Amino acid sequence: MKKHLDAAFHTRGESLYVDDNPEPAGMLHVAVFGSPVAHGTIKNLDLSAARALKGVTAVFTAEDIPGENQVGAILKDEVLIAEDLVQFIGQPIAVVVAETPEIAHHAVGLIDVEIDELPVIVDPRVAHEKGQLIAPPRTFAIGDVDAAWDDCDLIVEGECEIAGQEHLYLETQRSRAIPTEGDQVRCYSSTQSPYAVQTACARICGVPQHKIEVDVKRLGGGFGGKEDQATHWACIVTMAARILRKPVQIVLNRIDDMQMTGKRHPYSADFKLGLNKDGTIKALDFKFYQNSGAAADLSTAVLERSLFHATNIYRVPNARIYAAACKTNLHPHTAFRGFGGPQAMFVMESALSKAAETMGIEREELQYKNLISNGDVFPYGQVVEDCQAKACWDDAADTFDLAGTRKRIEEYNATHTSTKKGLAVMPICFGISFTKIHLNQASALVHIYTDGSMSVSTGGVEMGQGVTTNMAEIAAAELGISRDRIKVESTNTTRIANMSPSAASATTDLNGNAVILATGEILGRFRKMLAPELGCNEEAITIKDEKVFVDGEATEWEWGDVVMHAYLNRVALSAHAFFATPRINFDAAKEKGHPFAYHVYGVTQFEVTVDCLRGRYEVDAVRMVHDLGRQINEVVDLGQLEGGLAQGIGWMTLEELAYDAKGRLLSNALSTYKAPDVFSSPKVVEVKMRSTENPMGPRGSKAVGEPPLMYGIGAYFALRDAMRAYAERDFPYDAPMTPERVLMSLHAHILDGDKPKKATPEAGAVAAVAGE
Amino acid sequence: MTTEFWLNDQYISTDASPGLLLLDFLRRNERLTGTKEGCKEGDCGACAVLIGDLVEGSDTQKAYVDYKPVTSCLVPLGEMQGRHVVSIEGVNMDQLSPVQQSFVDFGAAQCGYCTPGFIVSMSWYLMAERGEPTRAGMQRAISGNLCRCTGYEAINRAGDRLIERFSDGGEWADIWQAGDRVAALVEAEMLPAYFSEMAERLGAIEQPEVSLGGNPIDYFVAGGTDLYVQQGEKIPDASVKILNHFGSKISGKFKHMRGIRAVDGDLHVGALTTFEDFGADPLVQKFIPSIQDDLQLIASLHLRNRATLGGNIVNASPIGDMSNFLLGLGATLILSNGKEQRSVAMKDFFLNYKVIDKRADELIVEIVIPGAAKECAQTRVNFEKLSKRTALDIATVCSGFRCKANADGVIEAVGISMGGVAAVPLYLRKTCDFLVGKTISPATLQEACEIAMGEASPIGDVRGSADYKRLLVRQFMIAHFTECYPERVRFDEFAS
Repeated sequence: MKKHLDAAFHTRGESLYVDDNPEPAGMLHVAVFGSPVAHGTIKNLDLSAARALKGVTAVFTAEDIPGENQVGAILKDEVLIAEDLVQFIGQPIAVVVAETPEIAHHAVGLIDVEIDELPVIVDPRVAHEKGQLIAPPRTFAIGDVDAAWDDCDLIVEGECEIAGQEHLYLETQRSRAIPTEGDQVRCYSSTQSPYAVQTACARICGVPQHKIEVDVKRLGGGFGGKEDQATHWACIVTMAARILRKPVQIVLNRIDDMQMTGKRHPYSADFKLGLNKDGTIKALDFKFYQNSGAAADLSTAVLERSLFHATNIYRVPNARIYAAACKTNLHPHTAFRGFGGPQAMFVMESALSKAAETMGIEREELQYKNLISNGDVFPYGQVVEDCQAKACWDDAADTFDLAGTRKRIEEYNATHTSTKKGLAVMPICFGISFTKIHLNQASALVHIYTDGSMSVSTGGVEMGQGVTTNMAEIAAAELGISRDRIKVESTNTTRIANMSPSAASATTDLNGNAVILATGEILGRFRKMLAPELGCNEEAITIKDEKVFVDGEATEWEWGDVVMHAYLNRVALSAHAFFATPRINFDAAKEKGHPFAYHVYGVTQFEVTVDCLRGRYEVDAVRMVHDLGRQINEVVDLGQLEGGLAQGIGWMTLEELAYDAKGRLLSNALSTYKAPDVFSSPKVVEVKMRSTENPMGPRGSKAVGEPPLMYGIGAYFALRDAMRAYAERDFPYDAPMTPERVLMSLHAHILDGDKPKKATPEAGAVAAVAGE
Repeated sequence: MTTEFWLNDQYISTDASPGLLLLDFLRRNERLTGTKEGCKEGDCGACAVLIGDLVEGSDTQKAYVDYKPVTSCLVPLGEMQGRHVVSIEGVNMDQLSPVQQSFVDFGAAQCGYCTPGFIVSMSWYLMAERGEPTRAGMQRAISGNLCRCTGYEAINRAGDRLIERFSDGGEWADIWQAGDRVAALVEAEMLPAYFSEMAERLGAIEQPEVSLGGNPIDYFVAGGTDLYVQQGEKIPDASVKILNHFGSKISGKFKHMRGIRAVDGDLHVGALTTFEDFGADPLVQKFIPSIQDDLQLIASLHLRNRATLGGNIVNASPIGDMSNFLLGLGATLILSNGKEQRSVAMKDFFLNYKVIDKRADELIVEIVIPGAAKECAQTRVNFEKLSKRTALDIATVCSGFRCKANADGVIEAVGISMGGVAAVPLYLRKTCDFLVGKTISPATLQEACEIAMGEASPIGDVRGSADYKRLLVRQFMIAHFTECYPERVRFDEFAS
């Protein structure tokens, strides 16, 4: 197997993150004073004690911002530092710069603020009712929903409450800014979007973008949390460095990071699903109430992806999906792996679950019956092509004996009382491309040095997802040389301009295609140079295993000879190339188009065991068939599949963000917010990769980053399946399914004197209650 | 005060504050940046290091260094006196170590930020695990390490490959079986050579004596695992008494703060006993056969290597795992101020939220579990805990249980605690009073559940709603009896 490019450095602790680089002399440290209340107007701000503390260099407020106090990426609705109004707990009000982080934090504790409190909204439905929206709501529709209900044999309705998710990148937000000449600043940031940092810093500092250089070597995890929300911290230190003419660094501690930064959006949703009695879906009507937090951030784009993925992998001839970005007094929520897709798919799966339970059949029967195939049309107008839905399902059902598993679980449940097993299948279909069409562009810059070694720069940011490995693999394969010759450079705005964020699973696709174009240009020059030397056509020349071939016949020319020959003959050894994804389009006025270059498919089966006495559970097995195209690096792909899966299971089961009614995050540390550990991960994970050729991906590959996260939804429904083996009730569709939810669902009625709390309103349970 | 110790292959003599966190010392003073900060609460393991204690030689045994993985974010620098600290840099050689190579081979490092911590923990496993190499053992070694990228599958595969190679029939089986594993690893160039000299080097450093009593002290630091989380920023600038200086003698009235012993059929456990040492003790294992499984529900190996029983009790958290366990076992505390000594039953010790029956000048010296060193056969013991995540999480509700019943199932003595359902670790007095003299049966248990739920007065918080906690009281009552007396009560008799 081929390895991660930086793995050896990682295992030796030699990989450098922002604050691992030696400190420049005199570097100052920042701590931020955040709003103690979620909504209000600042009456008085007393900074005197903080300013007087020994070792404090400066305390900045909004008034000190040299340029425009604005960091909103999509909508210009978010200030960097609060002026009069505060809108969420933790919103920066003042910035302390001091000689040490301890002094800075101590000084923050000395700041006093008086705030006239205003009403706090934390519930998106309340915000929706009051018309508190980030942007006008949007609706995707296909067919005639209102007419279709009459043709349905069964209509189910329900509600979902879907919690958010903390990114929990192990490396918290951090940035270091170093003043260079004049009013220029170089900023080392832990960001997925160097370009976003550059533009925001330039705006905050009131200087042209070319005066701000942003450099990113690697991130200790991002997952979307550093797509837009690394910007604030970079702006703060860049501004401080420019004003003070000193290097300035900020490293958020975990509690500040959790309280001050946004997370995966919580959603509230209504669903209505109509089917034929054979289980065919006829119509669907969904309403999504996104809890966007106090500012837009990326909420509208996230919401758009919820609209795109509301029908997941199913054929729905008549559909209407309404989606509103609701403004609340929580930290502005942001990108997180899946980007709105997971929440939408959860609603779809809930609707199917309710239908199956009402019909008295297994969920997987309904799922399978309604899988899309080529020629079907998504609600946004794109026609299904190269569909892998049934192929993946059948492959998984066959490889992992789905029917046998179901039977085995039924037998187990018939003979066990205190523990129950459950099964669920989770198929996914995820569109690849940024849904903002203009972001689907990328550049690459390659240099070949005279010793044959090579440097590759792209706009892709390495955050553990393996983009540097992939870039090196692609460049090596295209040029026919060893990967060991290649160094992938930091992501730097002076080498690659205007790069899109590393997001949307598209980083390898976009930047890899740019690398192919850049290396192709160099290869073209070499062919042109070598053709006369070798007495052949340019097209006849290839390089493989560092040797030059003519019509497949090895020549005496080796890579090193070619490079040196090029140098001596003044042939350029550098190339810059630009890639833009072809064909994609979207008409926002009609809400129709062809927004995705292609779709990724896969199917995963879950098997779980619930301890019905304690509400504790285990994921016994996860068995996956995933469609990957031609793989660039197996280790990278497998790592993305397994890592995304674990994060999805965490989101759906144990990760719980608790807020109080005043908008304070209660689960604000790793002692209160629990992500999966080695014991909570599934006992067995089996992955089968299906390789199909993908003409849209670099070297036939397919994107892999986000889709596996959505498999985690299967864990939720497997738990539900096991719980219903214990008590066949209509449990609410609320996520995550924590041990508390499991136990309360099974036994809470005991607290009320033995009357089942949530009896099924329809079907069997009604009759049973009436018969008592 | 000067602290002298070995850091990797380097001798350190520093005047930095003894209360300074080891993590900060490593990263800032020594610029060893391979050790990462992820949470500063002991919950992520990105800062994991090894601490080595010198074990003096004897006629039959050469002196050696006993290593333990800990989270350096909760360890005071001053405690390193005379010890060997191994950070990630300390296991690096020119070539990759087997653990490092396995991580590289299986893609077990993605973003790399948690990786050094995992490498350190797994390296410890190879150096110090006493049983056969197993996946379960390896997972225990990394139970304090969180990874957000891999989902642990690749890490498990990296570990599996190591287990395979060190197991019987594997190419490195002889290294695993060697009498001095560290020496064998050094010999095979899997650990840096300097490890061979470390026992001798540590022997040359003077060990401190812990003197108690005298000047008032701001902070007594035992394990520090909760103290540093609560008040970490204040300690480096305060006066600190470090109780856990390795190898130090504690004299006079406090000498029994270390060690576990049987006295007249009672089990006396020193207050400075760590959770791990408690679980490893043969007397404890005899009385609580499930102790190793129970410990898997409590913190992580890294924290259990630090957290002390006495610290857990004086912390007086209503959800302290060990304090609730001991409370259920009917333990008594021996307190001393150096002059006078007195005993307090644990059920009388917790007065109100974080208010305890301990005077400012007193320390807990010993925890006494009456009768635990005799008559084990008639007594059944159980521990229950529910938290959001099964391992490495703080309890929503936890409960200790000890019951002695005769052959007819008549309860002669019983102790039950419930943590997380009151302002203090709660001893279920009424429930216990009710149960004594009753025959264990579903009907008795049903009634006991009602009484127990009535004794609880939980509040809703981030760890669970009040209703949930009250429900857990009932479920744990059922769990205690169905676990301990399956021949008398079954879960399905309580199914709802």
